[in-house]
Amino acid sequence: MKTVEEIKTAIEAAVPGVGLTIIPNPGPSGQHSLLLAPEHAASVAKFLRDDAEFTLDFLSNVSGVDWPDKEIAEKVKVTRQVTKTVDGEEQSVEETVEEVRKHVQPGFLEVVYHLYSVAKKHGPVTLRMRTINRSDQVELPSLTPIWRSAEFQEREIFDLYGVVFVGHPDLRRLLMWDGFKDHPMRRDYVEPDDYEYEPTPHDSVLLKAKAHQAAVAGRESAQ
Amino acid sequence: MAVDENLKIELGKQGVFVTTVEELYNWGRRSSIWPMQFGLACCAIEMIATTMARYDLARFGAEVFRPSPRQADMMIISGTVTKKMAPQVVRLYNQMAEPKYVIAMGACAISGGPFKQGYNVLKGIDRYIPVDVHIPGCPPRPEALLQAFMTLQKKIDAQPLTGEGRPRHLDAEAQGEFPVPVEGEHDLEPASNKGVWTVPVVIR
Repeated sequence: MKTVEEIKTAIEAAVPGVGLTIIPNPGPSGQHSLLLAPEHAASVAKFLRDDAEFTLDFLSNVSGVDWPDKEIAEKVKVTRQVTKTVDGEEQSVEETVEEVRKHVQPGFLEVVYHLYSVAKKHGPVTLRMRTINRSDQVELPSLTPIWRSAEFQEREIFDLYGVVFVGHPDLRRLLMWDGFKDHPMRRDYVEPDDYEYEPTPHDSVLLKAKAHQAAVAGRESAQ
Repeated sequence: MAVDENLKIELGKQGVFVTTVEELYNWGRRSSIWPMQFGLACCAIEMIATTMARYDLARFGAEVFRPSPRQADMMIISGTVTKKMAPQVVRLYNQMAEPKYVIAMGACAISGGPFKQGYNVLKGIDRYIPVDVHIPGCPPRPEALLQAFMTLQKKIDAQPLTGEGRPRHLDAEAQGEFPVPVEGEHDLEPASNKGVWTVPVVIR
């Protein structure tokens, strides 16, 4: 099996103008993945499947990942003018202060494809695609036309994460019902408050049961 | 009106069989409980094993699994009831003819079990339909299901035909149909049938 750098070079030679980034995996397995630009995903997938050298004919797994908005605090050294009283007279002095700056790294949804070759007995090649954000721009191209086994897994990701796969032949919810509005596997999913009966609460369930009882008591005292 | 046990034995020795209509009626009912043929999860495998030769559910006259709710007397909720499946389970229960009984088999059917805190599993089918026998276990062994059958038979045997505690089909006032929950935007609506299930008091 070629290294991820060699795969990247091969794809770049075959599909001109493709946006590819290597996402390293620091773990001992060293299974680095390739981040695809969504607009070229279909042609890259077709190349990987049909190329004589790769022949990645088996899509083993499609997973969804939710990356929520992340607040990053950075310590920055700032130089500024400060008025100080030195030896009895006021002076303007430059001073270097450490300042904590916070910025929010916007979240996104990610889809990971694991590809193998049954014919060549090699793999996996890991592909990733990312949406622009988590709210309104969540479209990604479907790879179901390339690998048929993606159909149900993409439906499941659509159901549980809310990624909309453009070009999917039958994009409906898979596990939850059609009228369901939430995406339960997202990190900010709010579950319905049904902790009214917890005979053996513990840890997080205990906290939720207590919160439920407090809410019920609050409602009763308000009446 | 019950027959005096000693008198019954004495008459039996003389070759006279004495019984009451109630006893005969309930004997008939409890000896041919036909379950409905459906399984929801892995508990169904144990249910299937119970019907096979080793455990032999036929001893109780309950081996005739009916593929139609119209012909079934009992529903074995054998496995996890997901929120997507719950309306169908209640609908099937409504379609069964009276008298009808329910055995909730296994941890999932009685409380949600290991999936209780999940987003898609109902926390016990007794929130929507009345359950006669609950069996704990994950999954319960076939012996536990047989025990549930025998408990149910005892329950049927003890049912009077008139007055308080008579079965629903002899009570014109009794509720025979149970509201089917609607698939809402975030959860099933309502989350439980208040007429069937109230929050149990936890004694600590």
